[in-house]
Parts: sequence; C-alpha cells; structure tokens
Amino acid sequence: MRSLFGARGVPEREARAALEALEAQLPLIGSLGRRGLIRKGLSLGALTMLTGCDFSTPRSVETALRQISALNDRVQALIFDPDKLAPTYPASMVQKPPRFNAYFDIMDVKPVDGRTWRLELGGRIANKTPWTIGQFATLPQQEEIIKHICVEGWDYIGQWSGVRLRTFLEHVGADTRAKYVVFRTTDDYLSSIDMASALHPQTLLATKYAGETLADPFGYPMRLRMSVKLGYKNPKWITAIEVTNVFTPGYWEKRGFSWFAGI
Amino acid sequence: MARADARRGPRLHPLPIRLMHWINALAMIVMITSGWGIYDDYVIISGLHFSQTFRLGSWAAESLLWHFAGMWFLAINGLAYLLYGLFTGRFRRKLLPVRPAELVETVRETLHLRIGHEDITQYNAVQKLLYIIVIIAGISQVVTGLAIWKPVQFSWLVSLFGGFQGARLVHFWGMVVIVGFLAVHVALALLVPRTLWAMLSGGPRLARAAPAARAAANEAGEA
Repeated sequence: MRSLFGARGVPEREARAALEALEAQLPLIGSLGRRGLIRKGLSLGALTMLTGCDFSTPRSVETALRQISALNDRVQALIFDPDKLAPTYPASMVQKPPRFNAYFDIMDVKPVDGRTWRLELGGRIANKTPWTIGQFATLPQQEEIIKHICVEGWDYIGQWSGVRLRTFLEHVGADTRAKYVVFRTTDDYLSSIDMASALHPQTLLATKYAGETLADPFGYPMRLRMSVKLGYKNPKWITAIEVTNVFTPGYWEKRGFSWFAGI
Repeated sequence: MARADARRGPRLHPLPIRLMHWINALAMIVMITSGWGIYDDYVIISGLHFSQTFRLGSWAAESLLWHFAGMWFLAINGLAYLLYGLFTGRFRRKLLPVRPAELVETVRETLHLRIGHEDITQYNAVQKLLYIIVIIAGISQVVTGLAIWKPVQFSWLVSLFGGFQGARLVHFWGMVVIVGFLAVHVALALLVPRTLWAMLSGGPRLARAAPAARAAANEAGEA
C-alpha cells in the first residue's frame, strides 16, 4: 500500500517542482550555464524514479487530494490573522533541552562551525552581503516562550531568542511585498513560508534556547522558530535566506504534507 | 381518502435526508480511517495502534491529505443536515422527547431480545438517545478538529478543552463514540433490512396529517 508520495516514489510533478525550486535558488547556486546541466540531470533522475512508483493510489485520486490541499493552503492563509499572537508561557514551563526532531537521527547531526558560518542572502533583498553570527548579535534581540506543535500531535514549550525575522528582513532591505521567504540549510532541508507569517512578531531567527547558545542538534548557529506554524516549518542550521515570488515547496511538502501548515 | 392522502404524503426519509445520510456515511468512514493513520505517529493510548489494513493512506502525509479533504464534506454536509433537521422540525418530531421511563422499558425489552421494530417510522427511546448522542459527537468532532487544526488562530477554542492535548483527547474520544454508534447502527440495519432499504428508497409514505396528530398526542402526553 505504498503511495506515490511515499518515501520511494517521486512523481514527475514533484520532480518538476524540485526543478523549479532549484531554479528559484539560482541566484544562490550559480550561473545560467549550470541551469541546463541541472535541468538535464533532474529530468533523468525523475525518469528513473518514476519506474519505482507503485500505483496503489490512483493518480487521479492523488491529484485531487493534492489540489484540495492546495485549496486548503489558501483557506489557511485567509484564516491567518497577522496580528494574532500565540499564547506565551512562564519560563518555569520550558522544557530543557528542547525535543529533537528531524528527518534523521540525532546521532547523524552534522555540527556547523560558527566561526566560518555565513548567512547568505538572495532574491529580492537590497543588501545581499553575507552575515556572520557576531553581526547578528548587534541587532535587537527578542525572546518568545511559545509552544512547538508537531504535525504528529506532540507539543512542548520552548524558550527561544534571537532576531525577529521581520527586523532582519527590514534591516537588509528585503521586498516585504514579495510572496515567500525561502530557507536553505546544511541538512538540505529546504523550507519556504508565506511573507505574512514571516513578518509575524513571534517569528524569530533564533540563536539561543533558554538563554544559552543553541546546541548543535537544535540548529546552531541559527534556526527559524515561529509560533504560527507546525514544527516542520522551522528549519534548523540555516545558511541562506531568499525572498522570492516563486513558490518553492519544502522537504515535507514535496512528500505530501501541507505547505502552509499554519496553526 | 386515507390512501390518497398516504400516496401524496412525504416519505419516511425524504430525498435530502437520504442524500445527506450517505454523503455523511462516506465522509465519516474517510475521516475515521484517515484519522487512524494520523493517530499512529503519536498515540493517545499506549499500545493502541490501528492496523494498516483499516487505515486510509499508506502513511501520515497521505492520511492527512484524506482527512483535510474529507473534512469539507463532513462539515458542509453536516451543517446542511443540522439546518434541515432544525428547520423542517424533523429533529423535534423524530428525536424528542426522550423519556427516561421509556428508555428503561426499551432497554429491558432489548435484554429480553424483544426489540420492537414493526413500525420503522417511530424511534424508540434508545434510538432517539443514540441519534442525539451521535449528532452531538459529530458537532464535537468538527469543533475539536478546528481547535487541533488552528490552535493559535482559535486559541480560545483550545482553552475550552484545557489545551491542545485536551482537544486532541476529546477528538479521539469523539471518534470512539462515533465508531461505537456505527457498530450498533450497522448491526441493527442489517438485522432489520427494511430500515436499510428505507434509507435507499425513502421508505413508507407517511399520512399527511400524521406528524401533526403525533405532535398533538405528544403534547397531550406531556400535559
């Protein structure tokens, strides 16, 4: 009973989405010359993956379900109130350490060297100069004690601090009328969010947990923490931020989870 | 004259009721079985898992897609059913009143395996109570579902259930109530196939005057 969007099968449509995603990152990736290479490589890859598909879920049903999910994303955007703050909690309720969660085991976390780490910027941003972690500390800091809710159903209260994404985007001259903010990470966990959620006051580029520098498994040196989306919309070990109008589905969205994932 | 009246009278289950019943049946099955697929990632009762055979969706992402598609059918159809039941007086006519004495009597008869089902146009007290419970459970599922889906946007709703996990718990137990109802409901429909046929074809025609007469009788009984 494996589905097309189970771990093994990758439908052509997804491969195309991935291709578009790659193209969306081209300002970050490199020259036009490489575009053709990427396109050819991906098409071949998509073909080989297609043969591994299992057609137990009829494609028409899958397509319809995905379309309803896309419609639900739009409904979710309508329900989202940019001024509505998520409940916050006292520091005594904070879970230490936070709960680890990724698509791989905690033993497989690859620590990032903070001294050589740079945050690269791309897309509709005026000042694309890369940032060091030291520079980040000079921006106004914000702390939020908020609930992390996972799509699986569990939750915990965490104490996150860092720079508001809104503050940062405004500081670097990002076009905040663009549609999306895309994050790239060292664990290849591509993620994108809508601009309204990116500008929410409780959306942080977090560098600390419970007052201390983030530990490696939780995203050192920088991760996203937002109160208005499910846990899987909070990429860790961020290396690049791009502001764009191109829709770029993230790691789990490509596998069938909701893109908007607002809570 | 009476026969002519009966021919013109409405069916036991008018077409809208039948349509809404079967849409709801399908939507409920989709919601229950896809819910079992979502449940498994973080179980509420340790040790309780739902077999893959009965889950809709081969893994959580697919079950979620089904669940969030099925919700529209369940909620919109359910709302139409509630409005229909309230405004046509069907709920009042068929489900009220539930008298405790009748309830005791019906339970006693059932235990003696004497279930009266000659007249399928009238519900006994146990049936009335079960239908009322499952309607409330259905409403509760939509409300708790909204709370779980949007715990920040509808944080006031979540606080009604004592937090996110509280809402999840009520959502789970609502499922248990509905599945329990479904087991009894389907078993009885199969035991008395006339009721199943009535939900397909509409069932016997009711005499025009009958509902009013029954209502009058009920009022007299209450006085």
